[in-house]
Amino acid sequence: MAALAPDAGVKPRRRLLGKHPIGLLFAGPYLIYWLLLFAYPLGFAVYMSFRDYFFAAPGAQVDRPFVGLENYIRLIGDDDVHRAALNVVIFIVINVPLTVALGLILATALNTAIPGRTFFRVSFYLPYVSASVAVVAVWLYLFNGSGLVSNLLGSLAPDPPFLINSAWAMPIIALFATWKQLGFYVLVYLAALQNIPGELYEAASVDGAGTIRKFWSVTVPGVRPATTLVVILATIVGANFFTEPYLLTGGGGPNGASISPVLLMYRQGIEQGNPGYAAAIGVTLAIIVMGLSLLNRFLLDEE
Amino acid sequence: MDRRPILRRRALPALLLAALLAACSGGDDEAGGAGETGAAGETGATDGGETAAATGPITIWYSNNEQEIAWGEAVVEAWNAEHPDEQVTAQEIPAGQSSEEVITASITAGNTPCLIYNTAPAAVPQFQRQGGLVALNEFEGGTEYVNERVGEDRVGQYMSPDGNLYQMPWKTNPSMIFYNKALFEEAGLDPEDPPLSTYSEFLETSQTLVDEGGARAAIWPSPASQFFQSWFDFYPLFIANSGGQQLVEDGEPQFASEAGMEVAEFWAQMYERGLSPREEAQGDSFAEGQAAMSIVGPWAVAVYSDVDWGVVPVPTPDGMPLEETYTFSDNKSVGLYSSCENRGTAWEFLKFSTSEENDGLLLQETGQMPMRVDLTETYADYFEANPEYETFADQAARTVEVPNVANSIEMWQEFRDAWSESVIFGEAEPEAALTEAAETISGLVGE
Repeated sequence: MAALAPDAGVKPRRRLLGKHPIGLLFAGPYLIYWLLLFAYPLGFAVYMSFRDYFFAAPGAQVDRPFVGLENYIRLIGDDDVHRAALNVVIFIVINVPLTVALGLILATALNTAIPGRTFFRVSFYLPYVSASVAVVAVWLYLFNGSGLVSNLLGSLAPDPPFLINSAWAMPIIALFATWKQLGFYVLVYLAALQNIPGELYEAASVDGAGTIRKFWSVTVPGVRPATTLVVILATIVGANFFTEPYLLTGGGGPNGASISPVLLMYRQGIEQGNPGYAAAIGVTLAIIVMGLSLLNRFLLDEE
Repeated sequence: MDRRPILRRRALPALLLAALLAACSGGDDEAGGAGETGAAGETGATDGGETAAATGPITIWYSNNEQEIAWGEAVVEAWNAEHPDEQVTAQEIPAGQSSEEVITASITAGNTPCLIYNTAPAAVPQFQRQGGLVALNEFEGGTEYVNERVGEDRVGQYMSPDGNLYQMPWKTNPSMIFYNKALFEEAGLDPEDPPLSTYSEFLETSQTLVDEGGARAAIWPSPASQFFQSWFDFYPLFIANSGGQQLVEDGEPQFASEAGMEVAEFWAQMYERGLSPREEAQGDSFAEGQAAMSIVGPWAVAVYSDVDWGVVPVPTPDGMPLEETYTFSDNKSVGLYSSCENRGTAWEFLKFSTSEENDGLLLQETGQMPMRVDLTETYADYFEANPEYETFADQAARTVEVPNVANSIEMWQEFRDAWSESVIFGEAEPEAALTEAAETISGLVGE
């Protein structure tokens, strides 16, 4: 019994602090960062969404009454929210498959010994590291009524032009975001491609597989975890698009055709002083994105 | 491996954490934050006690355009030389999507400077509701000073519904039609006396400019959907056509009237006939000669110094002489913010910076019109030396402001959405869209 006594003292501590308490020290700074900058604002957003909230000066005596589900009920009947939700669907339907397909094809191409490989790698990555404001200006010049694309298309160009055409505004935004982010996803796929053992390709060659067969049967399954990551990240980014409608289509135009949930949150929460309602939109968006991410993971992750 | 238990194990603490955080963040409205300085009431700070008299160093923000910075630096230097114990530190307003966003965040954080030059009147109701502004009429002689400088009849437009004045109307950029004489000449139009007075003249001239001249557009107001864009297409023409009405008066929207519909029909034709593009201009359409006209204030004189320009009042259905035409003021005010400790100094500096001398300096440096009665008489020498500003100065005497009402920005956004849908993009009848917007706005401003 005497030999057991020290153990009895250690166990509760170990249960509390783990086998290696120093690990807490290492994880601590990030935990504090996460609590302060993620968990607290998220919890506060949930709190705000149940109130008629507005931002006030410290010390101001203000009334922010509890309104229950009122903000959420308003959201269900708001035409702007419906349009924004539809736009997220349009965005994701175009952006996610295109990102996966182009990302994988370009990464595969860049992984082979082609001339000017470094140049192409840098070229694809450049839009990702460029400021959105600068590259949006380039796209404005490309797609406005007298822009390069419209001129090249001539009579085939849509009327009204792309960016003020309610049928085209969202697809152009989705294409822009795909192009802007592609460099990052190519990089993810490039890293994943390095992990596919060369022997698999050799074995496939011995079995008589051609380039396309090897791509489908070795590369695509080999990068599956990366594809899961790319789909989840592209979905999250897609649901949160803001800069594109803010700058490319003049604040969600034409006539609200490219409004996004985050742009609506900005308008309501920051411009119009309704942060309670903006928070309700944000919380709903976060729940939907989490649901979509779980669904993606369920569908794509084999393990 | 079965995931469900893991999910449950992880979900429970996460939910508990969220609940804890929500609980922790609750109750701040009851307790109130630890205010650094004077009390801020529910409808703005009206504390005229100790803080109102306190003196000492203060900080101010001004806008980031070159001419205003030059003015601000000169005024601060002159003040600091005379007031060693009440030094003023000035800086440009921090960058953000908009000044209003920066100021809103700053009020919430309690770190606004004492004075912000370039406070938009449309945002004042919101800043006041936040408890961010100090009522200027609470200072001794405050009401008299503002009335004397701005003119009692005009000050009424800047008063808040609670009867207090939370802004000093500082400078105005009365909206007028600026035109490029070279493009008019190219289109065979008389550049010295162009037919732009009535709506039919304006439409005909615009058609000629696009058909015969080198311009892509007759006039190119921004078709974007931000709430403030209607101040530069609809509002000046509505004010002129209605004889000086605000968008909302006594809680009732005024724009779904005959005057408002005439303006909407006029612009709808401009868009439909391609005289005003539905696309956002790339760059400055007027400076680059893409548009022959623009709706601007006197700031444009310095900015378009390379263009041979002329200026006329905004059009009305039957034409109206300048001396009878009202227009949008595009005023910017100075706000005194509630986180200011040394409000005595702030008030004195506000008076100093809006004195006859420093208003004259503002006019000289920026070409923008100080919100001051008898402008042309007070600065007669300046206008004699710079006759190009005289028409603007004349117009500055007849300006109308955005209404000071609750939910002001939400109201303008509602209006803009209806305007975009019907007038710009032609997807609804202007009359139906604007009438519906008026009903919604009536509810908003009545809240």
